[in-house]
Amino acid sequence: MKEIRGRIYGVAGPTVVVKGMEGPTMNTVCLVGKDGLLGEIIRIKDELVTLQVYEDTGGLSLNEEVVSHALPLSVKLGPGLLTNIFDGIQRPLRKIRELTGGFISKGVKTPALDLERVWGFEPLKKAGESVSPGDVLGVVQETARIALKIMVPPGVSGVIKEIKGDGVSGSEPVCVLEDGTGIDLYQDWPVRMPRPFQYKLPPEVPFKTGQRVFDTLLPVAEGGTAIVPGGFGTGKTVVEQTIAKYATCDIVIYVGCGERGNEMSEILTDFPELKDPSTNLPLSLRTVIVVNTSNMPVAAREASIFTGITIAEYYRDMGYSVALLADSISRWAEALREISSRLEEMPGEEGFPPYLATNLGGFYERSGRVKCLGDGERTGSITVISAVSPPGGDFSEPVTQASLRFAGSLWALDPDLAYRRHFPAVNWLASFSLYHSELSGWFRDEIAPDMMDLRGRLYSLLQRQTELKDIIQIIGVEALQESDRLTLEVANMARESFLKQSVFNESDAFNTYEKQYWMLKTIFSFMDAAASALKRGVFIETLLESPLRTRIIKMQNTPNEGYPKAAEELIAAIENEFSMIEEK
Amino acid sequence: MDLITREYRTVTTLSGPLLFAGKISGGSLGEMCVINVPGGKKRTGQILQLMGDYAIVQVLQGTSGIDSDAASVVPTGETAKIGVSTDAFGRVFNGFGEPIDSLPHIIPARYMELTGLPMNPASRQKPDFFIQTGISAIDGLNTLVRGQKLPIFSGAGLPANELALQIVRQAKVAEAESFAVILGAMGITSREAFFFRRALKETGAMERTIAFINEVSDPAIERLFTPRIALTTAEYLAFDKGYHVMVVLTDMTAYCDSLREIGSAREEIPGRRSYPGYMYTDLASIYERAGRLKGGTGSITLMPILTMPDDDITHPIPDLSGYITEGQIVLSRSLNRKGIYPPIDVLPCLSRLMNLGIGKGKTRDGHRKLADALYSAYARGIDVRRLVTIVGEEGLTELDRKYLAFSDEFERRFIGQGLEERSIDATLDLGVELLNTVPERELIPTTRKG
Ligand SMILES: Nc1ncnc2c1ncn2[C@@H]1O[C@H](COP(=O)(O)OP(=O)(O)OP(=O)(O)O)[C@@H](O)[C@H]1O
Ligand SMILES: [Mg+2]
Repeated sequence: MKEIRGRIYGVAGPTVVVKGMEGPTMNTVCLVGKDGLLGEIIRIKDELVTLQVYEDTGGLSLNEEVVSHALPLSVKLGPGLLTNIFDGIQRPLRKIRELTGGFISKGVKTPALDLERVWGFEPLKKAGESVSPGDVLGVVQETARIALKIMVPPGVSGVIKEIKGDGVSGSEPVCVLEDGTGIDLYQDWPVRMPRPFQYKLPPEVPFKTGQRVFDTLLPVAEGGTAIVPGGFGTGKTVVEQTIAKYATCDIVIYVGCGERGNEMSEILTDFPELKDPSTNLPLSLRTVIVVNTSNMPVAAREASIFTGITIAEYYRDMGYSVALLADSISRWAEALREISSRLEEMPGEEGFPPYLATNLGGFYERSGRVKCLGDGERTGSITVISAVSPPGGDFSEPVTQASLRFAGSLWALDPDLAYRRHFPAVNWLASFSLYHSELSGWFRDEIAPDMMDLRGRLYSLLQRQTELKDIIQIIGVEALQESDRLTLEVANMARESFLKQSVFNESDAFNTYEKQYWMLKTIFSFMDAAASALKRGVFIETLLESPLRTRIIKMQNTPNEGYPKAAEELIAAIENEFSMIEEK
Repeated sequence: MDLITREYRTVTTLSGPLLFAGKISGGSLGEMCVINVPGGKKRTGQILQLMGDYAIVQVLQGTSGIDSDAASVVPTGETAKIGVSTDAFGRVFNGFGEPIDSLPHIIPARYMELTGLPMNPASRQKPDFFIQTGISAIDGLNTLVRGQKLPIFSGAGLPANELALQIVRQAKVAEAESFAVILGAMGITSREAFFFRRALKETGAMERTIAFINEVSDPAIERLFTPRIALTTAEYLAFDKGYHVMVVLTDMTAYCDSLREIGSAREEIPGRRSYPGYMYTDLASIYERAGRLKGGTGSITLMPILTMPDDDITHPIPDLSGYITEGQIVLSRSLNRKGIYPPIDVLPCLSRLMNLGIGKGKTRDGHRKLADALYSAYARGIDVRRLVTIVGEEGLTELDRKYLAFSDEFERRFIGQGLEERSIDATLDLGVELLNTVPERELIPTTRKG
């Protein structure tokens, strides 16, 4: 292995300048100083090499030694990722806890995964068979939930000479090819290099979050991207965590990028106990956590989203549907800005480097639904849902704007709704989904022929309510036409019952599409029955006093299994009662 | 490390709080230095950046009066540390940790680095222990739990310090034996300093308090150290000694202004409103030190106070703080004008950890629903209040009028409790009672104790 050395020439924030390195390579890692802190080469200029250092640089002295082996920053891929928690450069945090206690000391070194551990292996190929990249050699049951496929790495092919029959570990190859190439249980992959696949597929299936306002009104496709911008406390993290809990997918990669430690302790404590609604197995069995909290080194925060998405690609390549949840992409951008300013680069807007959008694109574009490499016709996907934290809640700032270029869905959170405890605080009029036309076929075929129509009606209703509210500001409610007052009331009901969804209400936290459809259907049955009663001369007050209103608002409390029965009963009651009013 | 003390008489530039020295042949980032000023007192510096043979040193006492030819810089080989001990209880120190109560120095049990180490997220204990503050707007609607960081967003002249002291005094009862208070004051007036010292004495909290006070007239750069000294001491008490420590930091706005001063002296590219681009990260290195450890007995609960310049919650100081802390208690000038104490503007308030600390066995079953109902009714009342100013009372429906009356009562009785100390039961009962007049009543379960 090539080894080059240099000495520390300067230290500024998270960057270190090194002098005396011969033939350094960009984006390769170095060990810095007597503690051997990990750093990555991010600039080479004449005889000076600049590194971003993934640990606290405090205490580094001039002239300390820096060593490079010319290897890129990589992650270790293989069994043991699930249920685990890593920092931004994939150091295993539970293991570090065993080594250094409550706090993370500098320079701790320990392998990301336990390479000695023996895993049960079920081979799917035999000696003599020829294999090429992506082919599945066999399976390791990584958790009760997920069978990990041991794949031939990109760039390797040949005829199998020998393949293991049962127990495998990192200490010897799982399979050896005729030409002597060994294929290991674990692969290393550079985090900044996308993993290859055959080709991308168009979005046509929704990514099911179980949240009404997203699934029905603002769907994101499997393999798509959604961004969740919002000021502090508007509910971004709760959105991310709720999706991590309830989304229908195989794998969740949760990247806590520059956010709070306590939020992670919640996930760590709750996920082993909570059940994934589609399999009824503990959520932790499908989850990998990458976390670099706000007080951990910024350079590692910058790396964290790439560490996360590389792990996501690894599971995608096995044919799984993966959700990558990033909270928050703004903290990543700020890390980039901090490092860029230490390099004294020419700043762009608000001090962010001019390449902000390019780098951000490099991350978002690793999402997608793809035809995987290898045999078995596998389709895998990565759906990226990332929080954005705009300063002052102002969406015109560079990170929100750059993210918008790559977002298929915008879920804009609104402090005014959050103040009223209307959650999820999604501003339905400011948000959008570019996928709904691509998904409309699926909605029609899989949910109901009139699903898209009901969705359209809900949109118009909410739109109309906003207009009416402006009018009330001038003339007062009493002066409105009766039909408009009805619109206003039904819109309120829709907001209370359908758009609001509390994560703390167990029977409502996760909704199937069936429940969502039937709730909408009920709301509009009420509207139609009330409208025709109005036409017949019934007073609006009489309609609004109906106890059916409260029943509709409480519809959310009926769990998924109660549908469609609960809705059918309520619709029958509505029709019955409103026609009785006529007879009076 | 060479054992000979190096002394550099190579000061080239002095700029605000910064000193630039050339021909440096050693030194490390964050290293403390002594700055000898002929004919003056020694000053304290810290190396902020090293490049080639150049060092940038921030001088706590500022560079005014330093003669670049005569002054010298002596690196001490030490990083910034504080000596900690439980003997510090009852004592008052300056913002750099030196006694100012005319008592002798304490004998430290340990020296700890001020920067601290980041708490391992995998070692954190999920916070879930309810702290009764006796204040309805907090206990009922924005519950505080052990290990939380919950700031008070104040405005110039609003009673944030009073509120913080009331919380400290009332929480003390619940926490009993293992309770400790740390006050870190940055840039406060001598009147405020006097107020704190007297109030802490009067409530009998002083023997459980350690105070670090940097006044307006004290060196501004010292303020960058004060919160870290306070929190390092808190970590010792919480994680070595098992105390439940409540840390009050006031005023974070003065801290941020010192940070800005360094940034502009370094000619850094400024971020919003000329605060440094790394202010989020810097504030996080303070706020994130709150918490609990798995297997540990103590906790650090952090209550920073900041003044929103111009009452603007989108100003970078409250904005970045809100992005890091676990909620916020916001004070309102208009409630204060109406004579409502504590003048807590509940709508923009939040406690993100509330749900972990409430409910059956902790406060009461149905607490969440009650809080949500109060919020939604009050928000509606505020809307009506706004409407009245446009269309007048005549344009209101019967229901609107109910909401209007509700919001008035809610402000007067629920929020405006004065100096009364309310139990959580009294708070929740009052909430239920107030809701009786509005339809939200239907949304809350008939409450029982539990
Ligand atoms: N769906 C929801 N149901 C109930 N409460 C919610 C919901 N979403 C958010 N909340 C409430 O809002 C609080 C703030 O939410 P959250 O922590 O997700 O905000 P955030 O946008 O991530 O803020 P920050 O940018 O500061 O991290 C939560 O602690 C919770 O009390
Ligand atoms: Mg958040």
